Amino acid sequence: MIVEIGHYALILALCLAVLQSTVPLFGAARRNMAWMTLAQSTAVTQFVLIAVAFGALINAYVTSDFSVANVYENSSTLKPLLYKVTGVWGNHEGSMILWVFILSLFGAAVALFGVNLPPALRARVLAVQGMIGTGFLLFILLTSDPFRRLVPAPLQGEGLNPVLQDPGLAFHPPFLYLGYVGFSIAFSFAVAALIEGRVDAAWARWVRPWTLAAWCTLTVGIAMGSWWSYYTLGWGGWWFWDPVENASFMPWLVGTALLHSAIVVEKRDALKSWTILLAIITFSLSLVGTFLVRSGVLTSVHAFALSPGRGDFILALLLVAIGGSLGLYAWRAPQLKGGGIFAPISREGALVLNNLLLCTGCATVFLGTLYPLFSEDLGGPKLSVGFPFFNRTFVPLMVPMLMAVAVGPMLAWKRGDLRGALQRLWLAAAGTLLALLVAFYVTHGGPVLAVLGLGLAAWVFLGVVIEWTDRIRLGRTPLAETWRRARTMPRAAHGMTLAHLGLAITVAGITASAWQQERIDVVHPGGDLTVAGYVFHLDDVKTIPSPDFTAERADITVRKGNDIIAVMHPEKRSFAQQGATTSVTAIHTNLLADLYAALGDSDGKGGWTLRLYWKPLVPWIWIGAVFMAAGGIISLSDRRWRVGIAARPRAPRGAQPAE
Amino acid sequence: MARRLLYLLPAALFVVLAGYFAIALTSGRDPSLLPSALIDKPAPDFTLAGFDGKEGLSRSALQGKVAVINFFASWCVPCRSEEPLLMRLAEEEHVPLYGIAYKDKPENARRYLDQLGDPYRGVGLDQSGTTAINFGVYGVPETYLIDKQGHIRFRFVGPLTAEAVERELLPRIRKLEGS
Amino acid sequence: MSRLALIALCLLALMSAARAVEPSERLRDPALEARARAISQELRCVVCQNETIDESGADIAHDLRVLLRQRLLAGDTDQQAINYIVARYGQFVLLKPRFEPATYVLWFGPPVLLALAALAIAVNLRRRRNRGEAGPAPLDPAERQRLAKLLAEDG
Repeated sequence: MIVEIGHYALILALCLAVLQSTVPLFGAARRNMAWMTLAQSTAVTQFVLIAVAFGALINAYVTSDFSVANVYENSSTLKPLLYKVTGVWGNHEGSMILWVFILSLFGAAVALFGVNLPPALRARVLAVQGMIGTGFLLFILLTSDPFRRLVPAPLQGEGLNPVLQDPGLAFHPPFLYLGYVGFSIAFSFAVAALIEGRVDAAWARWVRPWTLAAWCTLTVGIAMGSWWSYYTLGWGGWWFWDPVENASFMPWLVGTALLHSAIVVEKRDALKSWTILLAIITFSLSLVGTFLVRSGVLTSVHAFALSPGRGDFILALLLVAIGGSLGLYAWRAPQLKGGGIFAPISREGALVLNNLLLCTGCATVFLGTLYPLFSEDLGGPKLSVGFPFFNRTFVPLMVPMLMAVAVGPMLAWKRGDLRGALQRLWLAAAGTLLALLVAFYVTHGGPVLAVLGLGLAAWVFLGVVIEWTDRIRLGRTPLAETWRRARTMPRAAHGMTLAHLGLAITVAGITASAWQQERIDVVHPGGDLTVAGYVFHLDDVKTIPSPDFTAERADITVRKGNDIIAVMHPEKRSFAQQGATTSVTAIHTNLLADLYAALGDSDGKGGWTLRLYWKPLVPWIWIGAVFMAAGGIISLSDRRWRVGIAARPRAPRGAQPAE
Repeated sequence: MARRLLYLLPAALFVVLAGYFAIALTSGRDPSLLPSALIDKPAPDFTLAGFDGKEGLSRSALQGKVAVINFFASWCVPCRSEEPLLMRLAEEEHVPLYGIAYKDKPENARRYLDQLGDPYRGVGLDQSGTTAINFGVYGVPETYLIDKQGHIRFRFVGPLTAEAVERELLPRIRKLEGS
Repeated sequence: MSRLALIALCLLALMSAARAVEPSERLRDPALEARARAISQELRCVVCQNETIDESGADIAHDLRVLLRQRLLAGDTDQQAINYIVARYGQFVLLKPRFEPATYVLWFGPPVLLALAALAIAVNLRRRRNRGEAGPAPLDPAERQRLAKLLAEDG
């Protein structure tokens, strides 16, 4: 019964979505207040209805109602409660419900919190959200209905895959979807602006918080996915340039570009049509990602196995949404009045460079991901494009961008003084040189590129710190004045500093992978293996029975010199029911480096294969991502977004320029 | 004017992209399947032992004949599902089937064929898997069609289906045998 | 094997680091072994297609790792060993696509895109300035004095 209620709620939501897509648009054109405000009620009600449907599905999973086909295929009574719930979105149909749930959540949020938006703009934004919702609800109801019944109901479900029962993996989709789907708001704002024929500083100000929220959650989602790979996959790999990984990375790259170009629209009223285009492209990439994952045209371990009919439907959705919005762009964007001019060397110029490199980077990833498809379509050989391609093409693009991160914020708007900025950064340059020398010495002249990469990270870090100390006039004015400046600096400025620092930290973590040390060998209990000066002593390997699996558990004591650093317990688990074996790695971190141990096979003679790694700076990859997301959240809490009115807050005497 | 066209560029590029997607969708191809690298190339040379004192299989023995080589294994579950079809092909359609047991123990392969039937005119044992690698096999079952000159003309990955046999295999066999 | 079964197999193989490169596969000569590892890391596993043969737990990955080492022992250069495998499995196993006419668009694409985009930006910026969009009017003496005063306060 609850399941039928959920199903009915979805249908009602579809009806509301159709209403929301049409009436407010007419209302905005005719200045009919009643029709425009209809959008708000439909948006909120739609959210409530979809929440009911989502709740109904979760309930079916929790109660293990196997008369629902989706629950039968993807769940089991043997799963712990947490994984029954998170299993809801571990499959195609359930994840689509999560998708529209988040879509309607954002729509409702705009309806409820966007009180400062002009009514016509709000109505149009919600109308476009409604259109997207209509498309996806139709997709769900017509091709991917999670509420299909199975008669007679089986007694037990099939969905007991041990790989999916993991906290990192379970929570990675919601964050990713918050990001992907969150960018739909920027898209809706862009399309609404095109319909209105006007983009101004106020528009950029309204769009920024939503874009920032989506960007933060996408950053977290990608980092979580990468971290899950790292601790699960037995050799500590964390990025494979897999098509589905790339599908999440591309919107992130363009979303970052969007965040930065929106600043220029807001401050200088320039780059308007470019920013509109970026907003459309970011969400379009989310949509293309949805297509790639669910249509079956590319192989990936992430891809859901699907029937081609669904792929056709999604392609049709893409044609309408992306084709429509880009067509609208081609028609209306030329009418957007150009804004302020600026010299090539200026803050705007730096932001344009940022956009240029990020977008070209995204195009590179796009090309590499889809080239095999293009080649096969044209009858060419079946190729594959892997990390060697991306390392050679994407990384060189990021180098100048990272160099600019330190310099850009030091340049003034409209016309900047490059020499002056570089002079103020001399300390950063000196620090970078020092870092390079230290790295070169410590790694015994290891891979030169990695040393340079670390130097680059140091440059960014120091440059950002100097910009911040510069802004609060540290050392040049009394401490009280410095403190006052730091306190009154807009939160968005702190957010920027924190996010850029996070970027530097992540880059350092990524380049340090080149210095990892590995040892793979057969050891008998009582034996030792040494990696990077750490002695791993295998005490014993015990068999530990457990209700669902049998585990072989190794007890390893790690010593450095005479001190015990850690005791690690990597495991190998055999699931009798699935006839599968998984490995649970043991990781010990001191936040500067990770010790990583995985248990391999027994050699049948009492010896065990151990895979041991020392991975310097790897935790920084995720720590940096957390800093980036934290910077975004701090930016979000800036009260100027909540004030939301286009007028600039009056600057108190003697304060630095508003950021 | 040129500027206006520039604004049209994103939409135009998207349409091209959608075209590629449409082609990929309608081609119905399975992206995880690898096309054989040896199509129209000479089949690799091999000499494999038989089991039970029966003579094995070698490429030279197939010279001048159209042959369908089927890689199978007793431990391979999908192989069992194609066995009845292979039996029918051998008995009714007189398809020249030859089998290569991939990484299988002789006794197990023997038992497998005794249980399910032996559709093969000759069977060889590839215990090391070297011959399979030379053919570019990456899983079992896989089926290769070889022409009279010893070139590989067609490969099918996975258990044969009646449809695949009707549409792809039999027409090609007839064409090669006719020539 | 059905696609679903294949994906399930690979998901599980992913998690059994157990069968990625094994100590028993290793060559005694460290230089040869290092070459073998380096090459394995640039070859895609044909079954678990988002892993290298160095990482993959699939049987075929093991076979290819062993084969690669046999070829190196037989005296092949890196390129010859790679070509041996490509001759059997096709270009799909190469994680780094060959640089040849079929892939010119792929390899030249990024730098060409960068150049075109940079050109477009440069042209756009120049056109804007040439169009003579006037900046704000220059300051008169009274305004200039106020500005100087403000700047002095600002430190």
